[in-house]
Amino acid sequence: MHGGTLAFPILSMLVFVPVAGALLITLLSKRRPEYMKLVAAVSSIVTGAMSVWLVAEFDGHATGFQFVSKHTWIEQWGISWHLGVDGISLFLIVLTGVLFPLAILGIDPHNDDPARDKPYFAWLLLLEAGVMGSFLSLDLFLFFVFFEIVLVPMYFLIGGWGYEGRVQAATKFFLYTMIGSAFMLVSIIATVFIASRNGVGHVTFDLVEIAEHASFAASTGRWLFFGFAVAFAVKVPIFPLHTWLPDAHTQAPTAGSVVLAGVMLKLGTYGLLRFGLYLFPEASLWSRHLWLSLAVIGIIYGAIAATMQKDLKRLVAYSSVAHLGFIVLGIFAVTSQALTGAVMQMVNHGVSTGALFLLVGMIYERRHTRQIADLKGIQAVAPIFAATFMIVMLSSIGVPGLNGFVGEYLILIGAFLSARWYVVVAATGVILAALYLLWAYQRVFHGEPDDDNKTFAELKMKEAAVLLPFIGVIVFTGVYPKPMLERIEPAVDALIAHVETRTGHVAPQPTTIVIDEVTHEEGEG
Amino acid sequence: MIAQDDVFLAPDVEWYHLSPIIALVSGALLLLVVGALTPRWPRGLYAYVAALTAAVAGALALLQWNDVTDNGVSTLVGGALAFDTFAQMITITICAATFLVALVTDDELRRAGKDGPEVYALFLIAATGGVVMGSANDLILLFLGLETLSLALYVLAASDRERPTSRESGIKYFVLGGFASAFFLYGIALVYGGTQSTNIGEIITSFQTSVLLDGKDTLVLAGIALLIVGLGFKVAAVPFHVWTPDVYQGAPTNVTAFMASVGKAAAFAAILRVLVIALPFHRDDWRPAIWVLAVLSLVVGSVLAVVQTDVKRMLAYSSISHAGFILVGVEAAGHDAGERVLGDGMPSVLTYLLLYSVLTVGSFAVVALVARSNGGDTSLDAFKGLAARRPTLALALTIFLLAQAGVPLTSGFIAKWGVIQAAVAEQSYAIAIIAMVAAVIAAYLYLRIMVSTWLEAGDDSTVREAVPMSTGLAITAAAAFTILIGVWPGWLLDAAQSVTTYAR
Repeated sequence: MHGGTLAFPILSMLVFVPVAGALLITLLSKRRPEYMKLVAAVSSIVTGAMSVWLVAEFDGHATGFQFVSKHTWIEQWGISWHLGVDGISLFLIVLTGVLFPLAILGIDPHNDDPARDKPYFAWLLLLEAGVMGSFLSLDLFLFFVFFEIVLVPMYFLIGGWGYEGRVQAATKFFLYTMIGSAFMLVSIIATVFIASRNGVGHVTFDLVEIAEHASFAASTGRWLFFGFAVAFAVKVPIFPLHTWLPDAHTQAPTAGSVVLAGVMLKLGTYGLLRFGLYLFPEASLWSRHLWLSLAVIGIIYGAIAATMQKDLKRLVAYSSVAHLGFIVLGIFAVTSQALTGAVMQMVNHGVSTGALFLLVGMIYERRHTRQIADLKGIQAVAPIFAATFMIVMLSSIGVPGLNGFVGEYLILIGAFLSARWYVVVAATGVILAALYLLWAYQRVFHGEPDDDNKTFAELKMKEAAVLLPFIGVIVFTGVYPKPMLERIEPAVDALIAHVETRTGHVAPQPTTIVIDEVTHEEGEG
Repeated sequence: MIAQDDVFLAPDVEWYHLSPIIALVSGALLLLVVGALTPRWPRGLYAYVAALTAAVAGALALLQWNDVTDNGVSTLVGGALAFDTFAQMITITICAATFLVALVTDDELRRAGKDGPEVYALFLIAATGGVVMGSANDLILLFLGLETLSLALYVLAASDRERPTSRESGIKYFVLGGFASAFFLYGIALVYGGTQSTNIGEIITSFQTSVLLDGKDTLVLAGIALLIVGLGFKVAAVPFHVWTPDVYQGAPTNVTAFMASVGKAAAFAAILRVLVIALPFHRDDWRPAIWVLAVLSLVVGSVLAVVQTDVKRMLAYSSISHAGFILVGVEAAGHDAGERVLGDGMPSVLTYLLLYSVLTVGSFAVVALVARSNGGDTSLDAFKGLAARRPTLALALTIFLLAQAGVPLTSGFIAKWGVIQAAVAEQSYAIAIIAMVAAVIAAYLYLRIMVSTWLEAGDDSTVREAVPMSTGLAITAAAAFTILIGVWPGWLLDAAQSVTTYAR
């Protein structure tokens, strides 16, 4: 366990700093709204800084979990406060750490009553703590606690600060996710008891202990896996459990959409990796064709549905269904490259879709409509805004040179080794993505602006400052993905090795090894 | 048996061990006798005497806890009462709930100008009945406790004499409750017929020592069926639940809180005493019945709760759903009833009862405050804009509702987790999944109340709710307890574990 010598419990602080910020905000007088934002900004920036520092300190060559923090919490039930980070969760944590300060600083919640700032920022910070906790937890109980607790702030954010249909959307979101969690809860408990009788020897909710020592009978493991998978499939969302997503995304306030698309959907895909593939390798492999099929259906369905949308925000929401389909494809392809691509794409999707929601939010602020039909010719009056939108959109499409390409490409070539025909179908999804996004761009930005759109304001400094980090990450990762890949790969390889030793399944070897040798020889010559 | 003895030997009475019961009875007598003979006491004194009595009784039970864990369990008064941590935990639960309810009642009565000792005396008498039910080691004594509790509750339900719905609720409860008591008593008689005793210890001995001859078994089985009907009524399990919504809605809100907490805790304690402790030899016979009751209560309670528009009625149905949850724990306890090492079933049920009692009193306390400020209206509309008028009160209500929905970091989550864990450990997967799905359906109901509270604007004309001190204190204490247990449940679970060693 590298980094375990650190005296400073950085992972616990990643959870506690936002919580402390939220508590402080609730204690502040509501007559001083300006302090609310300050406290929220400071605590989220501190959290973000710690998450970035984590990347610097992270030992890229080590497998296993780093910066581990483990304390007994509920002794009777074998539950501990067990946090740790590896290459799979590392960048999701950074994404969370960076996205929240941007959402807090960059997005005006438009509260008529300044007193409403107080709950708004408190909920956002609690949400950050919950998401951080979910990515960091290495204890099944702890993970469930965080996974569930994020629903509450999100529910209030959508319900309190969303658009017209917010109450219904928030309720739908809450209940859908909770139904999934209901199965996961039973599954978690069953996993723990069955594991305690099969290999582990005592009742513990420790993920690592169960994953390394428990041996489930095939049929048992499959049942347990499905309990988990339902919860994650709702969260991802995997077709056909996606119907809560367009409503929640569309009705949520901009900050809510950014966080929802940016990090909360990743709880699902991350869960499939960490609590699906890692905990139940046999069941995951056994059912992979189901997941691959649903992923491919999701890609195509999401793309077609996105093409049909009249509402720009809904379009982006459906594009998420398609993009998440790619990630699921990468996960269940179970090859080194596809998994690396999937992990990377989780981050990329968070960046590009987060930025898209920000931009759509800015359009709504200016025009008070999200209908594509109402927008026209914005490029002529706001070229910088249009250019920014273009870059983010191209990243979402997966154009080479931008971050989306690296992840999607890795997923496709990795999956091609193990799930060829799925990739053939999925690849058309890339083309469809170009279709619906470019078509939308064309309708919104090209042409002559009519009277309503003539006054469309150019990107403001403040808005540019929020978008700049997104653009920076999009371009940097697209051009130079190595720092990211080399931190992800050891963890992914360790996971694949774990799956291979547990199941006897042999993941198809990536062909790049040959290419590496060739370049190596050339270098010598 | 007694009649055949030539010399009647009075059993030893362990006065100290009976002190919680004695404290409750003396408090009730003090209120009744002194209260009747003296002029009106200074404001709030009745309530404080009742609350103090409950607190003293609870503290005494707490003091005796170590006595039990150090010296082992025993029976009292010639085997009539059990002296074990099971009894202590139920006593503490009942006393805590009585304490909170007394505080809430104080403001309620004084505002209505009906302050007097009677209601508090009845609370304490009912609590005594509940404690006796939880500690009874003899079915007859259990019945006495049940009747003491029930009769006090009938009167309490009708105690708001000026409101017709309250009188109706009292009558309804009385008539139906009388039926249930009759079933229960007949059940005791049949079990006595089959086992030659009403004493729980002797019932078990009779199973262990005698070979059942033809017919006797049928008697016991019929007795068990009738006992389940009687107790099922008391815990409001479907299909014996029909009285619940009307009675809960009609009774004064503070009494509803009392019924939902003390009534339920005592009745579930009785279920455990009768089924798990006294009749483990028939566990495979009664467990399927409990399974069916649990599933029906979960599903019917949750689904019907969702379609209500009155918050009190919603909480009534949700209490049915909670009863289903607790029955899941009873079912789990049924798998290894009577064995040397018991699973988590019994501890999980008792934990659930304690946590739910506090939660439900807290919820009803908020409902009482809201209802009071707008003329007794408890519909969802009355809660609109509560967050704008009283943010802290709305926050407390939200904590209680989230806890009832089973959201993590609240006591409700720990309660639900414990029960589900007990069920899964006994491999009752189906019931665990049904329970969790029902919890999600019920969550919709809590969300509806939260939507009204936070997201919908109220009338400008609505009066801002007054939060009097003692009710505020009760709500704060309940909310703090809810969060405390949610974050730091270890000590309670540890304590609850000891109830598996019970006296009989």
